[in-house]
Amino acid sequence: MNNGWLRANTLHHSAFRDLGRLVAEKERLGLTVSLCIPTLNEQATIGKEVVVFRSELQQRYPLLDEIAVIDSGSTDKTLEVAAGFGADTYLASDILPQMGPKRGKGENLWKAIYQLRGDIIVYIDADIKNIHPRFVYGLVAPLVYRPEVKYVKAFYDRPLASSGGVRPTGGGRVTEILVRPLFSLFFPELSQIIQPLSGEYAVRREVLEVIPFPIGYGVETSHLLDVYTRWGMDAFAQTDLDQRIHFNQPTLNLGRMAFTILQTFLSRAESLGTIAELPDLNRVLRQFQAHDDEYETVEFELTDEERPPMIEVPEYRRMRSSSDVTQPG
Amino acid sequence: MVDSFADILARLPAYAETVRRLDDILLTNLVMVAEIPSPTFGEHQRVQWVLDRFNEYRLEHCSTDEGGNALGILPGRTGERNILVVAHLDTPVDENLDHTVAIEPGLISGVGLADNSLGAAALVTLPLVLSGLGIELDSNLVLMGSTRALGRGDLGGTRFFLNNTDLQVDTGLCLEGVRLGRLSYASIGMLRGVIHYRLPDEYDWTRFGAGGAIVSMNDIISRILEIPLPRRPRTAVVFSSIEGGGPGSKVPTHAELQLEVRSDSGDIVNDLQRRITNIATEVAAFAGGEATFEVIARRRPGGLEFSHPLPERARDILTALDLPARISPSTAELSAFVDREIPALRVGLTSAEYLDEEREQLQIAPIAIGITQVVALLQAIDQGYCRDE
Repeated sequence: MNNGWLRANTLHHSAFRDLGRLVAEKERLGLTVSLCIPTLNEQATIGKEVVVFRSELQQRYPLLDEIAVIDSGSTDKTLEVAAGFGADTYLASDILPQMGPKRGKGENLWKAIYQLRGDIIVYIDADIKNIHPRFVYGLVAPLVYRPEVKYVKAFYDRPLASSGGVRPTGGGRVTEILVRPLFSLFFPELSQIIQPLSGEYAVRREVLEVIPFPIGYGVETSHLLDVYTRWGMDAFAQTDLDQRIHFNQPTLNLGRMAFTILQTFLSRAESLGTIAELPDLNRVLRQFQAHDDEYETVEFELTDEERPPMIEVPEYRRMRSSSDVTQPG
Repeated sequence: MVDSFADILARLPAYAETVRRLDDILLTNLVMVAEIPSPTFGEHQRVQWVLDRFNEYRLEHCSTDEGGNALGILPGRTGERNILVVAHLDTPVDENLDHTVAIEPGLISGVGLADNSLGAAALVTLPLVLSGLGIELDSNLVLMGSTRALGRGDLGGTRFFLNNTDLQVDTGLCLEGVRLGRLSYASIGMLRGVIHYRLPDEYDWTRFGAGGAIVSMNDIISRILEIPLPRRPRTAVVFSSIEGGGPGSKVPTHAELQLEVRSDSGDIVNDLQRRITNIATEVAAFAGGEATFEVIARRRPGGLEFSHPLPERARDILTALDLPARISPSTAELSAFVDREIPALRVGLTSAEYLDEEREQLQIAPIAIGITQVVALLQAIDQGYCRDE
């Protein structure tokens, strides 16, 4: 594998800082862009995200046509705060209610395809402490400037100090221990995605509406596999957004995340014929806790349910029948 | 175009309403600048950010000077006069602290917001505010994010600019985050210094009274406190920080005491400097140590009279905004203007809680009033209502 894709499709947000030019190109192409922020109890950070994006990317430079918060049922003031600062707010359960409720970040991302209007949807997590407009324009710009790119993924690589020579870079713990080894074994080209699990990406609607959505931790992995197998590596780009400050997850949470991602991966690999005849997989993850000298097992039944491609949902097809809806392939 | 000072006052409610609509832009600028650590002598990233903003807002002559200040000019219609608006870009916050900012309804929190990220955010937002209000000044508006204001910086950035610019600066306006209603138009005399106390390596620990550097520093403090200070002119000695010794149970061989002498009289400041130097030297001589009094910043007293039209108009504007004027002397940027005998004011922009703590919080709603105050002041200065003819 040569480094051709890595060189051509790995970008840095600073290349797109001329927002006037970016907006002019977006308008010339007649594109619309929607921002979706999926939330669950994010009142501490959501206000800042909305203020920063609204003022910089709507009021000053109209890159975003809408800013939407899609919430999984927060028990804090997430929706109230977001609405107070000017975001459109939705409860995921109120969107396509006839499809029944499911709870998970992927559910919110999937329902955004139905609810939001943009030709491009950019997803930004709500827990970013050092939010900056680059998180949006760094991901949207490659889609505006390069028609062949369909899916732009964020990565974060800003060392505190560098001698200018070779240094290691990559993703978080689950990426380096689980996802990159899996990709390297079965889909080597995909291992060039530096942070496959990052929660920030911008995607063309024509792609989003034809891929299925796991509703839990597996959504990013399944996206990469589905887009790759359908359009190849050239559909991807990745943008370095420098530094992302957020709350780190404890290791046990990462174990549950890895368990779900592994299920999604195996299921996709089987359906693609990469792995044949998997046995019925156990869906229970066992972790442990101790009370004084006693150890006990804590069991988690973890199954990543999946939503179908949005294009297969009749309500969506009806809603968009007057516009250019991609036919399911 | 305004036709009287009363006309400016009459427009304040409408100004405040328009400024409030720009809250998001100001808050975003505040978030972005506040999250850039900017210790004194390490302001370069903030300077670059301010310059980027000035360029985006199409100011002219966007540049840095040799003092490291970020400068931009919003040209006036006639350009016959120059108003310099300054916000210092350095903060008293350790650069290793978490600088992320949080916003919740009505409040913004984070380190260094009041001193002086809000001033910097207001500075860069000012061109948009004036444009949003449809105000075009006759005077050139020179905007400067200054460096090296605090501590050992000793107003280095502003002093450099005022000492070296070719522009004739007619009036100065210094923006500070807090507090709304604060009004400074005069500078008190001030001397900021550090007493360094050290015992030599060959110190004889068996000599009578040997107690280590901290004990000696304690003696120095006690002796300074015995100096009789006059009630008029108002005078004070403020001990700012003390540190000394090290870990473990060793007798400390070094200590440092930072202090400030403040007085309405420059002669008294000079006299206190001499006395403190003598005390430190005397205590050190008796204890067998070495002491020096290093002066790291100095201000001379001066400024405008209470009745000068500039502070008078400023008070009128605060009154019209339903704000009591909190008049206090300043030892900040204003002093650099005082040294050059340039009329200047220092104003605050909002209210705050937990000042100088990691949980520092600013109130968002009053910021629009604070900015409105600045706009009205600029118009009043521009139209000549603040000149002492």
